[in-house]
Amino acid sequence: MVEPLLQVDDLNISFHGGRGVTRAVRGISFAIGREKVGIVGESGSGKSQTGRAVLRLTPKGAEITAKTLAFDGIDLLAATEPQMRKIRGKRISMILQDPKFSLNPLMRVGQQIVEAYRVHTRAGKAEARDRAMAMLEAVNIRNPARVFELLPHEVSGGMGQRIMIAMMLILEPDLIIADEPTSALDVTVRRQVLTILDDLVSRRGAGLMFISHDLNLVAEFCDRVLVMYAGRILEDIPARELKHAQHPYTRALLDSLPRLDRPVEMLAVPQRDPAWLDGPTIRGSTS
Amino acid sequence: MADNISHPVSLSAWLRAPVPTSSWQARAQQLWLSWRVLRSNPSVMFGGTVILAVAVIAIFAPLFATHDIYAQDLSIRLQKPSMTHWLGTDELGRDVYSRLLFGARITLYIAGLTAIIAAPLGLLVGTTAGYVGGWVDTVLMRIVDVFLAFPSLILALAFVAALGPGIENAIIAIALAAWPPIARLARAETLTIRKSDYIAAVRLQRASSFRIIFGHVMPMCISSVVVRVTLNMASIILTAAGLGFLGLGAQPPSPEWGAMLSSAREFVLTNGIIAAIPGTAILVVSLAFNLLGDGLRDMLDPRHG
Amino acid sequence: MTPSQTPTKDRILETIGLRVTFGTGLLSTVAVDGVSFMIARGEAFGLIGESGCGKSTILRTIAGLVRSYDGSLLFANKELPHKRDKEFFRKVQMVFQDPYGSLHPRKMVESVLAEPLAIHGFDNPRKRIDAVLEAVGLGPAFRFRYPHELSGGQRQRVAIARALVIEPEVLLLDEPTSALDVSVQAEILNLLKSLRRERHVTYFMVSHDLAVITHLCDRIAVMTEGRIIEEMTAADVRAGRAREPYTRTLLEASAGYVPAS
Repeated sequence: MVEPLLQVDDLNISFHGGRGVTRAVRGISFAIGREKVGIVGESGSGKSQTGRAVLRLTPKGAEITAKTLAFDGIDLLAATEPQMRKIRGKRISMILQDPKFSLNPLMRVGQQIVEAYRVHTRAGKAEARDRAMAMLEAVNIRNPARVFELLPHEVSGGMGQRIMIAMMLILEPDLIIADEPTSALDVTVRRQVLTILDDLVSRRGAGLMFISHDLNLVAEFCDRVLVMYAGRILEDIPARELKHAQHPYTRALLDSLPRLDRPVEMLAVPQRDPAWLDGPTIRGSTS
Repeated sequence: MADNISHPVSLSAWLRAPVPTSSWQARAQQLWLSWRVLRSNPSVMFGGTVILAVAVIAIFAPLFATHDIYAQDLSIRLQKPSMTHWLGTDELGRDVYSRLLFGARITLYIAGLTAIIAAPLGLLVGTTAGYVGGWVDTVLMRIVDVFLAFPSLILALAFVAALGPGIENAIIAIALAAWPPIARLARAETLTIRKSDYIAAVRLQRASSFRIIFGHVMPMCISSVVVRVTLNMASIILTAAGLGFLGLGAQPPSPEWGAMLSSAREFVLTNGIIAAIPGTAILVVSLAFNLLGDGLRDMLDPRHG
Repeated sequence: MTPSQTPTKDRILETIGLRVTFGTGLLSTVAVDGVSFMIARGEAFGLIGESGCGKSTILRTIAGLVRSYDGSLLFANKELPHKRDKEFFRKVQMVFQDPYGSLHPRKMVESVLAEPLAIHGFDNPRKRIDAVLEAVGLGPAFRFRYPHELSGGQRQRVAIARALVIEPEVLLLDEPTSALDVSVQAEILNLLKSLRRERHVTYFMVSHDLAVITHLCDRIAVMTEGRIIEEMTAADVRAGRAREPYTRTLLEASAGYVPAS
């Protein structure tokens, strides 16, 4: 049983728009310890909003309520904005999908890592630069001195994402939220980036919330999988038991992907059962 | 349909129907949704309401006016506001209030006609230059550059000097100064639109350039052109007032606000009201257009593609 | 059938030494560097490679969107001019990658589908539009919808309907499912497969996803840095019979992530 870093109990996220209230997340509960947990769902399932709610980075107009939303004993819902600023980046950090949009296009990448470091520590310029170089090496960038001086548009997608990882992990946070970190990357680069993330997360003993729409990827990479649909968690299961998943939606997702080793004539299309909208969460053995 | 009796559907239900059954219904629904978004924007509502009020005043000026705007009575010249003359009288004894109301007609006439000339012209030139590219683009944009090189008032003055004073010539002159920035804007938009997949798709159907520019590119440029023209309205009105002030626009005894301001110049110290009134009117209408344009721009940008 | 054995009369598309360069002088990059292959009538041909390898450029050049290229392109054994004629566009159509960008934001579905029919002078547009909407699984009720009211999967269906409404012989597919959610992908892939069977259309598909391309295509070419390095059948891919080291890397990477521990 893994000691929970993040405890979420009955989280609700609603948006008040012109056409009434939209409930993006409807009463979900889960816990993440020092392990890799994947949250899988299609667009609109609420997975991204969940990740953002933890850091209180949801869009304006979003209303977040929960019985518990706690990180390491700190109540995240009651925390003030200055308190959240201390947590963001230092204790919980977030890796987004496309480094093209999450890196400052006008600043050299090395400088951005240095700045991320100096915002939360009292380190001097030289020390911060050394640490930034060390992080670039840790993410397998072979020529850190050269890459340090590059601008974001001069680096490839895979390298940009590795730089993001360096920037987000330099402060050694306890929890990392990764929102589709490899979706914008090529297949061969994806493996490199995942290997690095895997390595850094396990070595530092951090927790990882891996949000994705790709069930196969999450199944192979994470320890535990949460399947979300229409704002609810349908299944919470250890990754290695995914083959024996019980919820029909999970099974449907698994069966709908084309596989090299199991050719089919027609792919199984996930049928959506309205009963799932308010059904219970099926929890696997170790959660 | 389960039955063949067509039940009269209320307008509200028709607009809210989840699946439109005709293209008119679909278009009406989109317009209604846009209206609801517009309604929630205070800038747009305030600016729009003021302009609507001015338009009503302009249309029904004969009903609201209290006196004949051309009736001179030198014995009551330069009077302060009173019960008979609500805003006083000007230097020829004419009722300022009534002249103000009829002046609104002229202002809106100039603003509207200028927009009707400048916007389509700018849109046409800009989208063609942007889409066709090559030497057509170069030639058209150099023409635009020539127009843009002159400050708008100077350009308008030059045209009026050549064409002779008068309200129609003033409109032509102002429109000729107003279309080049629209063309530039439309061209910039077109350069981005040209690269999109939906344009590629229609090129793959062997659509003619004419069809693509008019049917596909222009509809996408219209919202930013509308915003731009609305924001430019203030400057168009001020240019018209400026021309009127210089005696080159609407000719006396026309109650154009700029001309009123000009003739009130001499009497500012004795009877400031007759200068302040048309000046305030110009200010209010320009401000209203600015607010409307600002609100529209906030709504339309970022555009939802 | 290996490529060299395809009888000439069965070849519908062929490229010989295709070379596409972007930019001029010092800044020029060679996107496609001497590519030759052929596609038989009625088959589904896939081109796989990573982003930047030039596969989309080949597709767009064949489609006629890229005008300056070297080498020859043949359609039904006749050389294509750089500026294509209307007949070509009636026979060859394309489905784009991003469903959110490939439909005009201000046009209703009906208008989107009526336009190609009008341009090519088809009769009975109303019936044809209804028929093609049924064929892609949407139905006539979707005629009056705007793109922003549709989901990604629905938009892609409309894009496919637009390509098929003028009954082309060849459908060019530019990563048709990569911008869609994994759960929607299955529907679209099934749709593409059944449409091909029903309409006897030739498919030329480009993708970076090996599983998707192997599911849909009979023959697959592997591309990297502007050149095609290997051609295989779907069976070869499944059996892992790759000759080139790059192809092997691709096959391994597509097999999924293996944890370090």
